[in-house]
Amino acid sequence: MIRRIKGIIRKEFIHIFRDWRTLMIIILMPILMIVLYGYAITLDMRNIRFSVIDDAATPESRELISGFSENGFFVLVPNPKPITRNDVEHLFRRRDVAMVLVIPNDFSKSMTMQQSTKIQILVDASDSNVGTFINNYSNQVFQLFNQRHNRRLPLNVRLEPRVFYNADMKSSYFFVPGLIALILLLISALLTSITITREKEMGTMEQILVSPIHPVEIIIGKVIPYISLGFFNGAMILISSRILFDVPVRGSLVLLTGLALVYIFVALSFGLLISTVAKTQQIAMLMTLMATILPTIIISGFIFPIASMPVALQAVSRVIPATYFLIIIRGIMLKGVGLPELWIHASALTGIGLAMLTLATRRFSVTLET
Amino acid sequence: MHNTVAVKTEKLSRSFGQFKAVDEISFEVGKGEIFGFLGANGAGKTTAIRMLCGLLPPTSGEATIAGFDVYKQALAIKKNIGYMSQRFSLYEDLTVRENIEFYGGVYGLSRASIVSKTKTLLRELNIESQQDSLTRSLPLGWKQRLALSTSLLHDPSIIFLDEPTGGVDPISRRNFWRIIYDIANRGTTVFVTTHYMDEAEYCNRLSIMHQGRIVEIGNPTSLKDKYRMDSIQDVFIHLVNH
Repeated sequence: MIRRIKGIIRKEFIHIFRDWRTLMIIILMPILMIVLYGYAITLDMRNIRFSVIDDAATPESRELISGFSENGFFVLVPNPKPITRNDVEHLFRRRDVAMVLVIPNDFSKSMTMQQSTKIQILVDASDSNVGTFINNYSNQVFQLFNQRHNRRLPLNVRLEPRVFYNADMKSSYFFVPGLIALILLLISALLTSITITREKEMGTMEQILVSPIHPVEIIIGKVIPYISLGFFNGAMILISSRILFDVPVRGSLVLLTGLALVYIFVALSFGLLISTVAKTQQIAMLMTLMATILPTIIISGFIFPIASMPVALQAVSRVIPATYFLIIIRGIMLKGVGLPELWIHASALTGIGLAMLTLATRRFSVTLET
Repeated sequence: MHNTVAVKTEKLSRSFGQFKAVDEISFEVGKGEIFGFLGANGAGKTTAIRMLCGLLPPTSGEATIAGFDVYKQALAIKKNIGYMSQRFSLYEDLTVRENIEFYGGVYGLSRASIVSKTKTLLRELNIESQQDSLTRSLPLGWKQRLALSTSLLHDPSIIFLDEPTGGVDPISRRNFWRIIYDIANRGTTVFVTTHYMDEAEYCNRLSIMHQGRIVEIGNPTSLKDKYRMDSIQDVFIHLVNH
């Protein structure tokens, strides 16, 4: 039995290393994704372009404007001639600015008279995310401005937030664990489903099956090389995200490794399951891409919080392996938690994996006969 | 005389839904015989051979291979048979030697025996100089001889060949048949399907399949005598059209 499994493992490794194009994709894709997600896709916004309709033109109004332009979040777009409210929509349509600050002409006067002073901001909310950011940032600017000028104003409640686990609110802390979850799943499932459907397509599977080898031996022999490959990939993402973005691993690296192996095992079982359904390599590839990328990005909590999803989607998220692995990997990397906090999620993950493997092994033996 | 029978079937059938791919075939193959299955594409040859190799469970009927029952002793059968299919089954991205070693491993041969067998095999096929080149670079005729030798690595008592010479030039085909005779002379039973009429003439015994049934069985000479025809081709056309 060991001899037969070893034979399969050795052959599988030859396939992997001889097909250097695929190998390059396996190695380069994670790094490319890390760089893309880490640098290009950030959830916080900077350099929001804005213009001003300053009807007051007083020292106070200029101070307010520089309060906006000097904090790094907003960039003032100078206008050759003063703009009016009628120009605003034009500016928004041309995407020159995303916000216009309107300061009324009685701004300074009403401030000195200690009256409530109204300032207007006009926001391009065609991207609702951007709109929300502009609102929040502007509020902060106004608060600072208020504190400086109305010292006598009694401030009963003052918010002093302290953010845990990601003090600078870096989105790379948020994305890197998610990316590891996505890439491990994608690569493990994809490679497994392709390697098995390829043998079915070529007819070599039939040749192996007339030998005394047991289907389970084939599965073990096929899975081991890809576990090590997936593992190598995970390590590479961790190291490169450490170097590029300083993403920490605050908890136990051993625990992370162990649970990552469980997750890879789930992904491989899933790939196996797909290979029992797909007839050709192309179909296997399409099915795997559809079944891994979309649910993992959208439903697992990778980007959107599960708690705010409709109940039906929340139910779906419970059978997606990435949902549990995300809690595990974020917990270990960012919060430094251990098995006492994670065992429920770890066992859920193991459960999904075992169910999938059982189903796949059964279907594997059945479909090969016909 | 049970020991002289390599393959025996009794009303062996296989249906796919309503379609009867193999319809109650019964025959016996003696040890060391070259037994041919002749039939057009879709006559049921491949389905029959797949059942005998344990790749496909029969719907009904009996079959014993090398004395083992197809339903109950599939593993014992697999240890005792070799199989080579029309879909050429070596890995194109592995070298000649890696392919041989892989199949040796799958059959559970020891390292030492794999090494010595590989050596003998490469010498017999006269491709020692090619042992480290990728299988995809070999000419088709060589690939087929290599596939045949690979399926004989574990010294099976019966070898099943499913249209082994498809797409090969006549000279390679004749060379291939020379090897088949060598194998049979060593006492291995050869079970071969073909749709080439000239190959049918080479068999010791022949069964002609048509629409899932065996319509005639016997040795080529007596079949020609029986129907008073000059070639198996004429016999075949006569049987299939009636």
